[in-house]
Amino acid sequence: MMLIPCPFCGPRNESEFAYGGPVKPDRPDPNAVTDAQWVDYLMQVPNPLGPVHERWHHARGCGVWLTIWRDTRTHDITEAPDA
Amino acid sequence: MQDYSLLSLLRHGLNKHQGWTRAWRAPPLKPRYEVVIIGAGGHGLATAYYLAKEHGITDVAVLERGWLGGGNIARNTVTIRSNYMRDASIPFYVKSVELYEGLTKALNFNMMHSKRSMVDVVQTWGKMRELRRRQLVMDIYGSTYQPISTEEVRRRIPALTGGGPDARLPILGGMVHTDAAVNRHDAVAWGYARAADAMGVEIQQQTPVLSLIRGPDGKIEGVETNRGTVRAGKVVVAVSGHTTTITETAGLRLPLRTMNLTAFVSEPVKPLVDVIVNCPDSGFYFSQSDKGEMVIGGAPDPGQSFRRDIKQNVFEDTVTAMLSLFPSFKRLKLMRQWGGHLDIAQDASPIMDETDIPGLFVTAGWWGGYKAIPAGGLTLAHLVATGRPHPLMADFTLKRFRHLDYVMETGTTTAR
Ligand SMILES: Cc1cc2nc3c(=O)[nH]c(=O)nc-3n(C[C@H](O)[C@H](O)[C@H](O)COP(=O)(O)OP(=O)(O)OC[C@H]3O[C@@H](n4cnc5c(N)ncnc54)[C@H](O)[C@@H]3O)c2cc1C
Ligand SMILES: [Zn+2]
Repeated sequence: MMLIPCPFCGPRNESEFAYGGPVKPDRPDPNAVTDAQWVDYLMQVPNPLGPVHERWHHARGCGVWLTIWRDTRTHDITEAPDA
Repeated sequence: MQDYSLLSLLRHGLNKHQGWTRAWRAPPLKPRYEVVIIGAGGHGLATAYYLAKEHGITDVAVLERGWLGGGNIARNTVTIRSNYMRDASIPFYVKSVELYEGLTKALNFNMMHSKRSMVDVVQTWGKMRELRRRQLVMDIYGSTYQPISTEEVRRRIPALTGGGPDARLPILGGMVHTDAAVNRHDAVAWGYARAADAMGVEIQQQTPVLSLIRGPDGKIEGVETNRGTVRAGKVVVAVSGHTTTITETAGLRLPLRTMNLTAFVSEPVKPLVDVIVNCPDSGFYFSQSDKGEMVIGGAPDPGQSFRRDIKQNVFEDTVTAMLSLFPSFKRLKLMRQWGGHLDIAQDASPIMDETDIPGLFVTAGWWGGYKAIPAGGLTLAHLVATGRPHPLMADFTLKRFRHLDYVMETGTTTAR
C-alpha cells in the first residue's frame, strides 16, 4: 500500500487519489519556440530509475492537487508537499 | 540442432536420457560482432533468429543481463490476439498470430499453442460502441472479431454468473475474437534461442550492458559490459522497460514511460473456462492454463514504476471486480503474484526504428508485446539487415512523434 501525504488530510491510501501525471515544465508559447522544442515539450517525460516529480489529485478526499517526488524503484515518497 | 520428436524421445529413453545435448552453447565473449542485441527476451531472441534465418547474418551476440527468457516474457499472461484498431497495426498483429501458429514446426519446439477465442464481456454502452467500431475495422482484415448476445456470452462462459439485470453494471453483450490463443512463454524464448544458437548466434547470459559507445562521428560503435567492451557497427536495444535507461547513456532521449503491469494465478482446478475472458469495463481478464490455474491480469499501476511486484490496492481492485462477475471464484486460493515493467509511448504503439544515432536500433513500447514477438523479430531483422523498414512495421517509427502523426491504440483489455 502506498500512503500519500495530503497536506490537508494527512497520509491517505493511494486508492483515494487519482494520478495526475508527471510534472511538466510550463507550456511554452508555441509561436515562440521551434518545432523541435514544441515537440519536445509535448513528448518528453523524464523516465528515471529514481525519484520522479508527479501530481496526484485527492479525488475521493478533500479534492486538493498535490505534487510529490516518488522513487520509481521503491514507491518511497522522497519529498512530500508542504503541509 | 538435435531433433525433438517422439522418436528421439524414445531413442534417448533407451539410454536413460543421458544423451541429450545442451539446447544452446555458452561460448566465450568475442571483442567484436557484426550485430549486438541487448536483451534476451522474446524480441531480442526473435530478432536474432530472423537475422540468421532470413538474412544469413549469424555474427550476432545477444547480451542478457540475467538469464535468457527471464524478463517480461516470463511474466506475462500469454494472450495472443490481433484485434487492434489501426490499419498500421492490424496486419502486423495478424502476421504475428499466423507466425505463432506455425512456430512449433518452424522451431521444432512444442509451443503448446492453444487457439481458444477471446470473449469480451461488455458492461457499458461506451465500451460497446468502441468495440463495435473495432469490429468494423477488423472486418476489413478477415472478420475475426464479431458481436455476440448476452445469452451467448453466458453459454460460452458458464462460470460467469454475475452481471445480471440487478447488478451495478449488467452485462450488455459481448464480442468474440476467434483468432485469440495462448501458448507457453518459456517455449517461445527457448525455441528461438535454440534455433538461433544452432545457426551461430551467440547468447551471452549474465552480461549486463552498462552503456552504449559512440564513435567520434556519432555513430554507434559498441557497448560497455561487465565483461568488457564489445564492438559492433549495429546495436539493437531490446530491453523492454529499460529502453530509456540504456539509450540515455548515449544522450538519446525517447518518448517512453515505464509502468508496472501485474498478474496473479490461482490454485489449479478442473477445466472450467476454455476461452480467454476479457472484462474491459470491470478491469480484469483471465484464462485457464493447461495446469488448471486461473491466470488473472488487472490494470497497471498508475504512474511510472520500475518495480516488479503488485500493489495491494491494485490486487484488491482486480479481485473485487472479478468476484462481481465470477462470484464462485471466491473459493479459489491464489498462489502467486508478480509484476513486470514495460515501457509505453504516448500512442501505445511500438517503436521499431533506427534512432538518431546511426547504427543504433530500438524495439520498444511493447505494452502487449508478447503477441508481437514473431512479427516484431521478423520485421526488425529486416530493418537491421537491409536498412529499409519492413512494410508491416513501416509506421512504427520515431519520426511519428516529431510529426505528431500517432498510431493511436488503446488496450482492449485493461484500462489505460
Ligand atoms: C503482468 C504482465 C502481463 C502481460 N500480458 C501480456 C499478454 O497477455 N499478451 C501480450 O501480448 N503481452 C503481455 N505482456 C507484455 C509482454 O510481456 C512484453 O511486451 C514483452 O515480453 C516484452 O518484450 P520482451 O519479451 O523482449 O521483453 P523481456 O522478456 O523483458 O526482455 C528484455 C530483456 O532485456 C534484459 N535487459 C534489461 N536491461 C539489460 C541490460 N542493461 N543489459 C542486458 N540485458 C538487459 C532483461 O533482463 C530481459 O531479459 C504482459 C506483461 C506483463 C508484465
Ligand atoms: Zn486530502
